[in-house]
Amino acid sequence: MNNDHRKVFMTAGYQTVSMGSGRKEFHPKKARPGLEDYIKEAGQGTLKQIGGGKNVDEGVISNFMAARFNRQGHLAALIPSVDETLRWKPCIRVEGACGSGGLGLMTAVKSVLAGTADVVLTIGVEVQNTVKAIYGADYLAGAGWYKGERKKGHVYFFPALFSDRAGAYFEKFGRDKTRRAFARWYRNAVENARLCETAQEFQNATADLEALGLTEPNPRSFVDHLNVFDCSKVSDAGAAIAVVSEEGLKRIGTAKSAAVEVVGWGQVEADLTVPPEDPTRLETTARAVKKALDSAGISLKDLGAVECHDCFTISGLLSVEAMGLAKPGEGPDYVLDGQTSRQGAVPFNTSGGLIGWGHPTGGTGVRQAVTIWQQLTGKAGNWRIALPSSRPYALSINMGGNDKTVVAIVYRRAD
Amino acid sequence: MNYADRLENVAVLGAAGKMGSGIVLLTAMEMADLKLESGPAAKDYVLQAIDVSPQGLSGLLKYLRDQVLRAAEKKAGGLRKAYEGRPDLVENEDVVRQYVEDVLSLVRPTTKIEAAYDAAIVFEAVSENPELKVKLLSQIKAHNTKNALFLTNTSSIPISELNDKVKLDGRIIGFHFYNPPAVQKLVEIIRAEATVPDLADFATQFAKKLRKTVVPSHDVAGFIGNGHFMRDALHAIAEAEKLAADMSLVEAVYVVNKVSQDFLIRPMGIFQLIDYVGVDVCQYILKVMNDRTPGAKLHSALLDRVAALGVLGGQFADGSQKDGFLKYEKGRPAGVFDPDKKAYVPVAEIAARRDEKLGPQPAQAKPWKQVISLADKAAFLDGYFKELREMTTPGAELARAYGRRSKDIGLGLVKDRVAARDEDVNTVLLTGFYHAYGPINHYFD
Repeated sequence: MNNDHRKVFMTAGYQTVSMGSGRKEFHPKKARPGLEDYIKEAGQGTLKQIGGGKNVDEGVISNFMAARFNRQGHLAALIPSVDETLRWKPCIRVEGACGSGGLGLMTAVKSVLAGTADVVLTIGVEVQNTVKAIYGADYLAGAGWYKGERKKGHVYFFPALFSDRAGAYFEKFGRDKTRRAFARWYRNAVENARLCETAQEFQNATADLEALGLTEPNPRSFVDHLNVFDCSKVSDAGAAIAVVSEEGLKRIGTAKSAAVEVVGWGQVEADLTVPPEDPTRLETTARAVKKALDSAGISLKDLGAVECHDCFTISGLLSVEAMGLAKPGEGPDYVLDGQTSRQGAVPFNTSGGLIGWGHPTGGTGVRQAVTIWQQLTGKAGNWRIALPSSRPYALSINMGGNDKTVVAIVYRRAD
Repeated sequence: MNYADRLENVAVLGAAGKMGSGIVLLTAMEMADLKLESGPAAKDYVLQAIDVSPQGLSGLLKYLRDQVLRAAEKKAGGLRKAYEGRPDLVENEDVVRQYVEDVLSLVRPTTKIEAAYDAAIVFEAVSENPELKVKLLSQIKAHNTKNALFLTNTSSIPISELNDKVKLDGRIIGFHFYNPPAVQKLVEIIRAEATVPDLADFATQFAKKLRKTVVPSHDVAGFIGNGHFMRDALHAIAEAEKLAADMSLVEAVYVVNKVSQDFLIRPMGIFQLIDYVGVDVCQYILKVMNDRTPGAKLHSALLDRVAALGVLGGQFADGSQKDGFLKYEKGRPAGVFDPDKKAYVPVAEIAARRDEKLGPQPAQAKPWKQVISLADKAAFLDGYFKELREMTTPGAELARAYGRRSKDIGLGLVKDRVAARDEDVNTVLLTGFYHAYGPINHYFD
């Protein structure tokens, strides 16, 4: 792509609490905020920081499966419910399973690039605690290929797909160390989440997280190679961020120091009907990351923080390898060496990631951008990390389905 | 006739009752599973759910729908495999719905006893009234075309007696579920001397398929479960009457109920358990046992008096507790019945003063619900009861006397050859009454 394009920035991020099991105020049988509430809270959270809806040119909303979880389609028309000044403006809803958020961000970025908008309000949302887990598993299985895969699939379709990947990885590279790396991943996720008050695991008080993470998988009640601690949460949450041009920043009165610049991206789609060639690799993720880094003109050693798509511990670990930080089979060592922890060379998922912060599926990509914006602009509260000046870039990886839709974005502080 | 053939046509008598409905649920699911296992060539399975109450039968259908749905959700993985050959059933929701439909479609609710005439298995769960049971079983036996095997859920009537009176030639066995059958793990199996081996085999296999814990009981009125419970209850009533010398009867009932629940770490206090089973049901059971146990004094004037006032306990159709010795608010005891005033005295008026006089529980006390799921339950109980043994408060003394009596009852059941061994008594209390420990223990020695 021609690199002589308009500059694109993100600012004014907002994330709601990630609600679901783990939060003390969550009770499956009590009334809770709904889809509309999360959209409103997240959207207004961003609008407040950019001078209101009057400054917005377009709206994008990312969501995976509200049609089933909430029996609600037509989400673009819920964007004007955030603020009446958004009425009559162009809005669009974007869907790419758990990669919806990344696609939403890219949709907004492209509007800015095209010059059709200078300020795009980008919202991501999912409200999943509306049904029991076994029905939620049906809905989430929509991220796979229904006709070709669902009938022969597991009750817990997606956990089973990634359990199969974990099983293949165990087979190829050994089980024991890999499971210890899973447990460490879980511990890092929860320890980071404990620092971030909106995280679903914020109140987690378990003393020995690694011991818990090592709980033997129980194929009778769940899947063969993963336990529940290897899985991201079932979450209700929303996030929003403004995607803006340089003119847009001026219009909303935001200094560059309060914004991040989008300096590279990779948006990659694989064929839903073709199973992964090698289950121990995330090929689509690898391609998206490479494209993002190449388009930003940077290498891995320039990265100071990463938000990766750890829908399962195995996907976190495979992301590390897909990025190229560790060779195939060496991801567990990299994790066990502490490289992905907040003290490591490149801290991963500093507010908890999908396992610690929560995974509002269609909203996750937007939430990741918010976390990075907070981290790079000094707005990350207790979970702030010190980014060395030699590593000024951050990367987000948002994956849909079984490594089918991937959006990787490279950011840097704008000033 | 093999196991599956036997289950092709089943009749449950008293199907809408609290035991009967659970038996219908478990049996219908077992029948549906057999049908699924045998694939497209499966024969028709029919469960005649017979009850005198049409309202009860419509309640039964709602209960079944809810319970089968929950069970199906729990075993959705197995159901996905069972319905592998059905291309139209793809999602979890599809197989769950189909299973609910498959189970419910086996069940034919009816008020007509004639529906049992073609059954190969007749499961009897009518009220604990020997004459009624004999009458119904005799009528079915006279007309049954399948030489049916009879299972009775009686909790107290000797099986030999039913066998002799109905002239079943050994085609009857005691198959005693605990309430609620879908939840409680225990089944007491009682073979009469004459019980035919085929039926004993069927009962064993059926219990195993239902994943129940089986305890054999000898054919003595009350068996192990009520053998313990009724004597335990009579002890509690006697203790309360003794205490009533120094306090009101209402307060005494409160005290004994509290000691038996909190100090002894049981799921509910003894008077709450009497209410749960039903004051009138306890009365029937005591009468059955008393009439058939030479020299026993299994009778309570207080129980008769309360029952005569129409204070009966038991449950509403939705499973919530009816008032009995105690009054319930949101399932918790909130008042105690005063037979003189024919009214409930609020627990709030009694509790503070009586609790103070009883003295505290041992410092390490934990509620029953926590205790049953402790990984080191045995160590906890050792420590807890050691502390209880060293206390001199009235509460601790009452608790120890209660625990010792419960143990004596247990040992008596083994001595009188109702139970074959100590462990059987303990298993019944652990799995049928959900106690945290068996009555035959060293905690009160």
